[in-house]
Amino acid sequence: MTSEVTPDLYASVPDADGRFGRFGGKFVAETLMSALADLEQLYFDLKDDPAFQREFDLDLAHYVGRPSPLYEAARLSDDIGGARIFLKREDLNHTGAHKVNNTIGQALLAKHMGKKRVIAETGAGQHGVASATVAARLGLECQVFMGEEDIRRQTLNVYRMKLLGAEVISVTSGSRTLKDALNEAMRDWVTHVDNTFYIIGTVAGPHPYPMLVRDFQSVIGREARAQSLAQVGRLPDALVACVGGGSNAIGLFHPFLQDDSVAMYGVEAGGKGLETGQHAAPLSVGSPGVLHGNRTYLMQNEDGQILDTHSVSAGLDYPGVGPEHAWLKDIGRVQYVAANDDEALASFHRLTRIEGIMPALETAHAMAYAEKLAATMSPEQHIVVNLSGRGDKDILTVAAIDGIEV
Amino acid sequence: MSRLSHTFAELRTRGRKGLVPYVVAGDPSPDGTVTLLHALVAAGADVLEVGVPFSDPMSEGPVIQKGHERALARGMSLQRVLDMVSVFRQEDDKTPIVMMGYANPIERFGYERFAAACAKAGVDALITVDLPPEEVDEIDGALQGVGLDNIFLISPTTPEARIQTIVERARGFIYYVAVKGVTGSGQLDAEEVSRSVALIRQKTDLPIAVGFGIKDAESARAVAASADAVVVGSALIAEMDKKARSGEPLQEIQIHDAAVQLLQSMRAGVDSSPS
Repeated sequence: MTSEVTPDLYASVPDADGRFGRFGGKFVAETLMSALADLEQLYFDLKDDPAFQREFDLDLAHYVGRPSPLYEAARLSDDIGGARIFLKREDLNHTGAHKVNNTIGQALLAKHMGKKRVIAETGAGQHGVASATVAARLGLECQVFMGEEDIRRQTLNVYRMKLLGAEVISVTSGSRTLKDALNEAMRDWVTHVDNTFYIIGTVAGPHPYPMLVRDFQSVIGREARAQSLAQVGRLPDALVACVGGGSNAIGLFHPFLQDDSVAMYGVEAGGKGLETGQHAAPLSVGSPGVLHGNRTYLMQNEDGQILDTHSVSAGLDYPGVGPEHAWLKDIGRVQYVAANDDEALASFHRLTRIEGIMPALETAHAMAYAEKLAATMSPEQHIVVNLSGRGDKDILTVAAIDGIEV
Repeated sequence: MSRLSHTFAELRTRGRKGLVPYVVAGDPSPDGTVTLLHALVAAGADVLEVGVPFSDPMSEGPVIQKGHERALARGMSLQRVLDMVSVFRQEDDKTPIVMMGYANPIERFGYERFAAACAKAGVDALITVDLPPEEVDEIDGALQGVGLDNIFLISPTTPEARIQTIVERARGFIYYVAVKGVTGSGQLDAEEVSRSVALIRQKTDLPIAVGFGIKDAESARAVAASADAVVVGSALIAEMDKKARSGEPLQEIQIHDAAVQLLQSMRAGVDSSPS
């Protein structure tokens, strides 16, 4: 008799068509289809190639500085008086956020494909900086598309990209934020598909991007799982991460999906409040649709037009979300919640003052929910929060909100 | 026989090449679109391509993007585009109308419901830019159910084996995208177009329309040498936009006239093509 094999649901996605249940897929113009097929083929060839994995792991160790620590925020935990809070310190990575895990991986793919030029879209500028960084290191031409509105609120990252040798292209169409930067990057890619590699910064876009970005970011969860076992002696009771497109959240969640005892919370940008309509929370209040190459939850009106979003954090200011999150929501494995601008700002100050760690405003959304969640739990339990990025880039935004001139 | 196959059969019999203008429904204004469509037919259009405005038109260059933005700002929706086609059909039951748009507004409308509404309004075919063959089954099935054609795109990057798969599914006509890029961009290479059209022709008897990068009588003439029909969009919209911004006080019909004049010159270009 053969033993029953439980098919691994979470390893079965995406399927051969790039689907996560009814989500995902390849909704792009015909001109890009062969480029996507080439990328998928190359990725499947390389992903199990020990030499490629070694190259990736070495870069993560020596260039990014991995593994990133799992730090117990003891003072914050005491202050809240519930579960122990651990922070997965992606803010300590080279360039200051989780984004670089993915850009290292995709730049290696670009190198293997012999592409001399890379492009990227960026919202908060973290992915743009991470792309400009790997481009500098590999001697590749780099252009970063960024909404005019985001260029205004992320001046420090814009200058960092320029210092790194990248050209930042201001996008003035639509709402002039991340979604429009993505449109413009896709338009550039379709025009220069022969010599250009598009480094997508999140787990969205057409297949195979949601899959390969997830795989590159899953180092976060693999480390956190091992660190939790080593430092606490068991798996965490809950994971918390912010969700814009959702790459830091998928990176933390994915290696834990089969661990039924681990609850997971993805925190969207509640903006001025879900009831105001001024937010960026498609999983909380959106509906399924097709945008940027995949089917997912979107913020859209009844005519299927994409709505403008609002968040104090440029990196979460996006009307869609990665298709795997849409699927994880539908099957109920991950709970998606929202934190408002003011809650995120309060958590930004709280973590800075109590732990001496200044989180990115995106990350502060995860902290805001983690604080609430911890308060409902016991000190025997522990939570891992993905501290996905550092907050230096947001200092001017915070100062302006607090009415302080820097 | 459908309007589309009738039109292409007639063109073939008369030894003529087709001219297909594209405009965005609701641009420059929703009230003027039907008038503009009739004027384009009078100027020599054989088939009309009507763009459905979308907030994120990923395959459009800046000129058509702005057209989408203007149309949406004036309250356009998919339902209103369908209504315009119904009104157009009251006076013209002959000229085929191809709707061109993006998946999300249609998906939101509902594929079955959309196909039925198209048939009722008098739409003949659909091009959905972001529904490649891999994603097209649902809408294609719905359209076939009401006798409408889904138009498939082939581009310079489509491998030969894939061209075969696409033509086997295609109805109506094949749309060959002449340049790698967005609408209105790029330098048209008529020789490359001619080679690709010849390759596609080995695999199908369907008419082949060519679009993207055709902007004047000369480029229309060059492409018509190999293609069965020539599509022009950005150039028409750019002419209307230029006129609208000229600063003179204008009736909308005078703005339309800028597109009409360009189309007339392209008609002459296509008709003088040496094929």
